[in-house]
Amino acid sequence: MPRNPSEFVAHHVKILPRSGIRDFFGLVAQRPDAISLAIGEPDFVTPWHIREAAWFALERGRTSYTDNLGLIRLRREICAYVERFFHVSYAPQNEVLVTVGVSEALDLALRSIINPGEKVIYHEPCYVSYHPSISLVHGEGVGVSTSPDDAFMLNPEKLRQAWTPGCKVLVLNFPTNPTGGTADIETLQKIADFAIEKDLLVISDEIYSELSFDRPHVSIASLPGMRDRTLLLHGFSKAFAMTGFRIGYACGPRELIEAMMKVHQYSMLCAPILSQEAAIEALRNGAESVARMKAQYHRRRDFLVERFNGMGLKCHSPGGSFYVFPCIKSTGLDSKAFATSLLESENVALVPGNAFGPAGEGFVRVSFSTAYDTLIEACNRIEHFLDTRKSTAV
Amino acid sequence: MNEILKLILDGEPLSIGQIAEILHRTEAEIEAGLAALKEKGIFLGWRPVIDPTKIDSEVVRAVIEIRIRPERDGGFDRLALRIARFQEVESCYLMSGGYDLMAIVSGHSLHQVARFISERLSTMDGVLSTATHFLLRAYKEQGFELVKTSHDPDKPTVSA
Repeated sequence: MPRNPSEFVAHHVKILPRSGIRDFFGLVAQRPDAISLAIGEPDFVTPWHIREAAWFALERGRTSYTDNLGLIRLRREICAYVERFFHVSYAPQNEVLVTVGVSEALDLALRSIINPGEKVIYHEPCYVSYHPSISLVHGEGVGVSTSPDDAFMLNPEKLRQAWTPGCKVLVLNFPTNPTGGTADIETLQKIADFAIEKDLLVISDEIYSELSFDRPHVSIASLPGMRDRTLLLHGFSKAFAMTGFRIGYACGPRELIEAMMKVHQYSMLCAPILSQEAAIEALRNGAESVARMKAQYHRRRDFLVERFNGMGLKCHSPGGSFYVFPCIKSTGLDSKAFATSLLESENVALVPGNAFGPAGEGFVRVSFSTAYDTLIEACNRIEHFLDTRKSTAV
Repeated sequence: MNEILKLILDGEPLSIGQIAEILHRTEAEIEAGLAALKEKGIFLGWRPVIDPTKIDSEVVRAVIEIRIRPERDGGFDRLALRIARFQEVESCYLMSGGYDLMAIVSGHSLHQVARFISERLSTMDGVLSTATHFLLRAYKEQGFELVKTSHDPDKPTVSA
């Protein structure tokens, strides 16, 4: 008896849930004129000088594969940048791997490190792919909730409570998508101490680090004793507005980079050369563009936090990223119902907080990667939505 | 740099109300801040930036290279200011290189601009020669791209 196509799908993929974002995308796609505050990428186009560098590379016929690790010129620029910005030193020859975005870097890291059944701790609400990526390598994800009471920082006590024998890796993401939580150095030090005590490897996704508004970003890799038990993942998508280039990197001890490179060479081979050329330009001359975009995000954040709190939706001021994560519990609706009825009645799209894990229930993610004018209009509509609900309730 | 000036120069186009909101001031305070900048001669005023191809009335613009004879007392300044004061002259700069002044001149017709150059500018005492280049098409005007990067229809409206 021949199998039907679905029977060919591996069991661990079959049971993987679809992303809640994907479902919501279907709803919003039916409303092309909706104001979308649901976008997880910059509203800016990649700065021209970076696009032009990719173009120039294409003109020169730069269309080949590269070294599996990535162009050595790019790796040198990455190491210089990481030393300058994160205050950690890596050797360009064997301690950095250029990847197809941070997503690939995370996947490579997990595939290289996790044996079936080993546990990975991560904080929630979190980027949608963490738990599935752990499941795909047959690991066991252990989510630790963060909350506005801790400014969405991972509470070291909760981390200790979540730990059980068999935990091998701790995944951190500060600033956090979707909450905008950032790491303060004191708490980060406690987390580092715990990682050392329990002999955990830290995978630190710091993709939003340049977009830190209130204090300088601190990488856990820069803390004493952490460099050799941390894989620092970073990329160009957010700060340099280069999402479509799909370019990122991992820095870490050479044994781990070597292991990740093995998986990378047999699967991806190398990151696209044009994206690598563009990334070199971004690192050499992109600081001003980043600063300009960051200034606008900063303004928009302040505006949104004030508006949401003003309309009675308690909103923690995110220290980084381009998301605010207001609490909508006061409306009596759950995240999905709030987002769906707001979309239906006011044509404004937000992402329900529970798309980022159960700890996100009662919140919505609002992206401020949208022009200031649009944010004003969206907030007016959200306020109207809340007012209408109140008057109907009376 | 003055915070109002910084906002005007850097970033998205903002109304007075939006500037007030961002800086946590009243609109009157922003107006007063702008007036103070004007008083100091730093902020000269607002000008609309328009794509001339999108409006009905015809605007003809030309860049004119002007060679002039410098004067013992005033150098280039006296003559440059005399030229700059004409209504037709939008901008006027002292240049390095093969000519002395560059003037951007505009008018409602080719004829009007040509007459200004031939009858007013070239005949001025001290003007040695002019070379006129008419502007055919604008691609970027005062920081605004006129040939826009098209909206990307493939960009998802919801993403992680």
